[in-house]
Amino acid sequence: MIRPDKSLLYYPRMPATWWLRKWSYFLFIVREFSSLFIAAYLVLFLVQLYQLGNGAAAYSTFTNSLKSPGWIVFHAVVLVFAVYHSVTWFYTTSIVIPLRIGGKEIPRAAFTAINIAAWIAVSAVVFGLYLLQ
Amino acid sequence: MPEPTITLNVSRYRPPDERVPTSQVYTIPYRPDWVVLDALNYIKDQVDGSLSFRWSCRMGVCGSCGMMINGEAKLTCSVFLRDYHPREILVEPLENFPVIKDLVIDMSDFLDKLKIVKPWIIRETEKPTSEGEYLQTPEEMDAYMGFSACINCLLCYAACPIFGVETDFIGPAALALGYRYNQDSRDEGSNMRWNVINDHHGTWQCTFVGECSVVCPKDVDPAAAIQRLKVDTAKHWIRSVLLPWGKRA
Repeated sequence: MIRPDKSLLYYPRMPATWWLRKWSYFLFIVREFSSLFIAAYLVLFLVQLYQLGNGAAAYSTFTNSLKSPGWIVFHAVVLVFAVYHSVTWFYTTSIVIPLRIGGKEIPRAAFTAINIAAWIAVSAVVFGLYLLQ
Repeated sequence: MPEPTITLNVSRYRPPDERVPTSQVYTIPYRPDWVVLDALNYIKDQVDGSLSFRWSCRMGVCGSCGMMINGEAKLTCSVFLRDYHPREILVEPLENFPVIKDLVIDMSDFLDKLKIVKPWIIRETEKPTSEGEYLQTPEEMDAYMGFSACINCLLCYAACPIFGVETDFIGPAALALGYRYNQDSRDEGSNMRWNVINDHHGTWQCTFVGECSVVCPKDVDPAAAIQRLKVDTAKHWIRSVLLPWGKRA
């Protein structure tokens, strides 16, 4: 294979703002950054478990502090990112593990919809159990 | 009535006189049935013979004429002027590749990567022709056929920001072809591909932007191939570590 003279090539550089050039790139970056919000929530969850170990009074004080507007906004933001991240994972699942029925691969959108429907159903059951407490 | 025209803003790079690309504007007759490649050939033949670009088949088969059209990776033989007229069309070389001249990119790095993936059928032992063909069931063909249509046009590389940042990444087309041959029931060479596919610059460098599959003119879906390779490499690793016979699996 004849190779070109490397000293004469022009090497383009990707700008730091590449993710703003296309909507799909932007959504990709949002998906990646959503992991940070989920990680932040998990840290908070670990703190919650730690407070649970400190006794009922400490746990109650901690959960009461979560009722402040700042924490409610935090949870709402995390929820939005968690839902978005989860939906992208359900879509990815349909790509990674193609579902076949009767020898034919079902459309990815349908598989994703089945996943999301199952997710909503399980969430509804969990929420129902919470209400029955 | 004046003849309708269309303007193409074309990236030019003419080493050693130029060290960075410039742009040149060409206003040419507009024909609604022309594709962008026809317009470039008109410029080459009638306006400026110094303009360089690759092309061959003009029918979306050879994969030579890939360029950035208004920032999108396209085969120029497959996009019509009427889809842009009366707007100006920006024509640039495929992104993420070194430029040799004007719209011609250096694809030698891709060809090196393609070679190490070993995109061909590997047999431990060939059976004699007297025993006939290597037969496959329709299901065995389905497992790889969708991934076998790659024409090496490199649009997927131009659309992949991961490759843009990490040029050592083996990339969508080469990995998709590795997957295609791993899935082929006639192939016995998957063990020879794992070290490349499972390498740091292999399948795990993909963070699934998914744009490679969007721009693929042959619907090869390299993004799916790479995600499935991740599952396969994970299973292969588990087998090789946990099972005593795994290395031979």
